[in-house]
Amino acid sequence: MSDVFERVKKIVVENLDVEADKVAESASFIDDLGADSLDLVELVMAFEEEFNIEIPDDVQENIRTVGDAVTHIKAHVS
Amino acid sequence: MFDLTGRTALVTGASGGIGSAIAKALSESGAKVALSGTREGVLEEVKATLPGESAIVTANLSDAESVDGLVGRAEEAIGPLDILVANAGITRDGLLMRMKDEDWDAVLNVNLGSYFRLAKSCMRGMMKRRHGRIIGITSIVGVTGNPGQANYCASKAGMIGFTKSLAQEVASRGITANCVAPGFIQSPMTDVLPDAQKEALLGQIPAGKLGQGGDIAGAVVYLSSDEAAYVTGQTLHVNGGMAMI
Repeated sequence: MSDVFERVKKIVVENLDVEADKVAESASFIDDLGADSLDLVELVMAFEEEFNIEIPDDVQENIRTVGDAVTHIKAHVS
Repeated sequence: MFDLTGRTALVTGASGGIGSAIAKALSESGAKVALSGTREGVLEEVKATLPGESAIVTANLSDAESVDGLVGRAEEAIGPLDILVANAGITRDGLLMRMKDEDWDAVLNVNLGSYFRLAKSCMRGMMKRRHGRIIGITSIVGVTGNPGQANYCASKAGMIGFTKSLAQEVASRGITANCVAPGFIQSPMTDVLPDAQKEALLGQIPAGKLGQGGDIAGAVVYLSSDEAAYVTGQTLHVNGGMAMI
């Protein structure tokens, strides 16, 4: 399970060019990690590819923190 | 002059006069070209004139599902797309007081709706590759208006607004979005105009002649090039000075 978090963290670090220790579950992509709305779209694209899932638009809107992403991915990865 | 070697392009409306000239110029500049259009026979003829690799991908631009699949089919044929040239367009002219709902819907759907769908289909790949060129072929009348063409002019003005928004959204990812706005271009349609009407038309054009498909194609090649990387959200008017805007 923590594996999902680590993989998410790696993608966030690469995409947003932030320090790994800033990527906590509670970190907001926009407020804490400096992402803009386009970065968020790209992050979701990267998550979709990494975990081979599809994240619908209405769910994307609710992904605001690293933890939101991890929770959603865990629910959809078998 | 501008080298597009290794680039790939999808051109819609490639069976028409302007579209075929665009396809030819892109091919001559080194790009692989996917030709889309309604008349397959004509597309075959255009394809035969291209010096480089090319493919024909058909689509019904009034059918959303068919449009949604077009970029994918083009990429299967020639590889990930670098350049989209949305050139396909239709007219259903008539005074507004007589314009039917279906004439409005058809023109907006094909001219503007398909541009939205095609550009959207390109975004994921272009964002990942940090490179892309979206080019909408609009029209001088999208800026000046033209009686009898409220639907067509609305669709062409819509393309310009759409392009400016898209340009702002994706500029930071190496993707540019621009329009080319032709004035009067010589075509089978203008060839059959009565002499008096032709004279009147030419009187409005400082250059004193109609444009050629190649004039539009040159603008498209430039906007497709690496040299135009810092040009985005613009409309390049190619009209012999007919309107300076």
